[in-house]
Amino acid sequence: MEKSFKVVGKNIEQMESIKRPSLSYWQDAWRRIKLNRIAFVSLIVIVVYIFFAALGPYMNEYSYTTTNVNEMNMFLNSPQFEGMGFMEKFTSLMKTGHWFGTDEIGRDLWTRVWMGARVSLAIGFIVTIINTTIGSIVGGISGYYGGRIDSIIMRIVDVLYGIPYMIVAILIMVVMGAGVTSLIIALVLVGWIGSARFVRGEVLKLKEQDFVNAARVLGISDLVIISKHIIPNIMGLIITNLTMAVPRAIFSEAFLSYIGLGIAPPGCSWGVLAKSGIKLMRIYPYQLLIPAFFICTTMLALNLLGDGMRDALDPRLRGTE
Amino acid sequence: MNKYILKRIGISLITVLVLVTVVFILVRLMPGDPFSSDKLTPEVRENLERYYGFDKPITSQYFTYVKNLFKGDLGYSMIYSNLRVNDIIKSSFPYSFDLGIRALSMAISFGLVLGIIAALNRGKSLDFICIIIAIIGTSMPDFIIGALLQYVFGIKWGLLPVAQYQGIEYTILPSIALGFYTLALVSRVMRASMVETVYKDYIKTAKSKGISNLRVVTKHQIKNAILPVITILGPVVAAVLTGTFVIESIYAIPGMGKYYVQSVQTLDYPVILGMTLFFGTFLVVANMVVDILYGVIDPRIKLDGK
Repeated sequence: MEKSFKVVGKNIEQMESIKRPSLSYWQDAWRRIKLNRIAFVSLIVIVVYIFFAALGPYMNEYSYTTTNVNEMNMFLNSPQFEGMGFMEKFTSLMKTGHWFGTDEIGRDLWTRVWMGARVSLAIGFIVTIINTTIGSIVGGISGYYGGRIDSIIMRIVDVLYGIPYMIVAILIMVVMGAGVTSLIIALVLVGWIGSARFVRGEVLKLKEQDFVNAARVLGISDLVIISKHIIPNIMGLIITNLTMAVPRAIFSEAFLSYIGLGIAPPGCSWGVLAKSGIKLMRIYPYQLLIPAFFICTTMLALNLLGDGMRDALDPRLRGTE
Repeated sequence: MNKYILKRIGISLITVLVLVTVVFILVRLMPGDPFSSDKLTPEVRENLERYYGFDKPITSQYFTYVKNLFKGDLGYSMIYSNLRVNDIIKSSFPYSFDLGIRALSMAISFGLVLGIIAALNRGKSLDFICIIIAIIGTSMPDFIIGALLQYVFGIKWGLLPVAQYQGIEYTILPSIALGFYTLALVSRVMRASMVETVYKDYIKTAKSKGISNLRVVTKHQIKNAILPVITILGPVVAAVLTGTFVIESIYAIPGMGKYYVQSVQTLDYPVILGMTLFFGTFLVVANMVVDILYGVIDPRIKLDGK
């Protein structure tokens, strides 16, 4: 029996050595996002759309407001391409430079789609970032300090939360008039409440935990506890929430633009494009299908990315794949 | 329990009051005078000024306004002389209500079925199909679904009427368009909640007692899993209601949503404000009913604790 085993002894150096590279929380999250194929493809789609939103309008010689009476509603089935085969039609359309065709007054749809992407994506991201910031500050203060501040803030939030989001946004847009700034204000005024409630709940859970108590016992100031202990712990959840809220904001913009309250002409957004597309759907379906494709794929990609981020940013799931 | 219900009603009342006040302040904030439009005939203008009491101090204006609201009087249109907002609502509400109920019942029943099928076939292709339907439903704005359905089934294939609202076949497309998002949401929640119950002890107990699989699913799993679906009914009602704005415009249904969008586009302020209050109050009440209902249905929730 004794011969079967051999005492190896302790090798202190080897025991203490770190075998795998040490990864920070964000490096780890990035690694896991890359492993999640659906989320990674979604991320690429969004990056590509942002790239085209930035550069797409400069890729052909047309501006998004230039009208041209000779090239109205031009697409594959336009009269000037009659009698050609599909490939021939396609190449002649590409040769005109109107890669997505033109709209009812001859404006280039490619340029308009990417100008619209600028507005839609910018509103989606700006509104959500402002909402999340305000919500985190209010919810954080309310949850961390508790007591009277908390009950006052939560009473206000309870009442405001009951007022339907869209209705208030519509009302504010009616009063302030269409435009990007009023859109952002309208969506922020009603949008921060959800994230305030969410952050408050998370902070309430965290502040009772031992590492926060330990920090408090050590006499660390509230500011340091919040910035060094609480915020890093809820950052993952906040960012996941943020990703899920962007498609909601894009949808709200499209909805408001659709009922005629979003962006004023000649400006455009995906909602405005879809609206004019629906008007002409019977004769020129491509004018609806093209913006609809971009709205839907963006919302889809953001939703799927959000799902993936929820898994990637949750430290409890670390090493489960 | 009673205390909770009272508190819930209290909050809802305050919410409605805040909404009313916000609407009142916003009217005053409008650049210039909301009624100085050349669309107005002098008689209508005079009517409106009398109605809003513009010659009196602002506090008494507010109280007249609130008093009118309590009497159930929502004001007059400024574009169609002497047309009351109440009359618009009276004539258009039945259409919206009918459409809303159809969309909701279709969405909830199909959503539940999809969620159950997906959960019972977890990881298989049926589950995958249900998930794809749910993802598409939450990623497509309702006005795009509405327009595409109208194009494909109404115009291209000619299977169903393109617009209007005159019989059962007219209701199919708008109900689907309006309910699709809800359907997706319900099926997602139902699937998640069904999957969660699989590991619960009472399911293991039921199975070990030798109860048939079908009975376990219907009597134990679905009955318990359905509760979280009730919590999302509040947001769902809101989604369906705002959805009517665009769906009714697309399908030319003479419901409230269509009038609302019309009044927004023609800037008919009194109609916008009156209908906003109506919609707002309706949603606040709907949310309250859902909250209370949830407490009544789920005995595990101790309402008086919170």
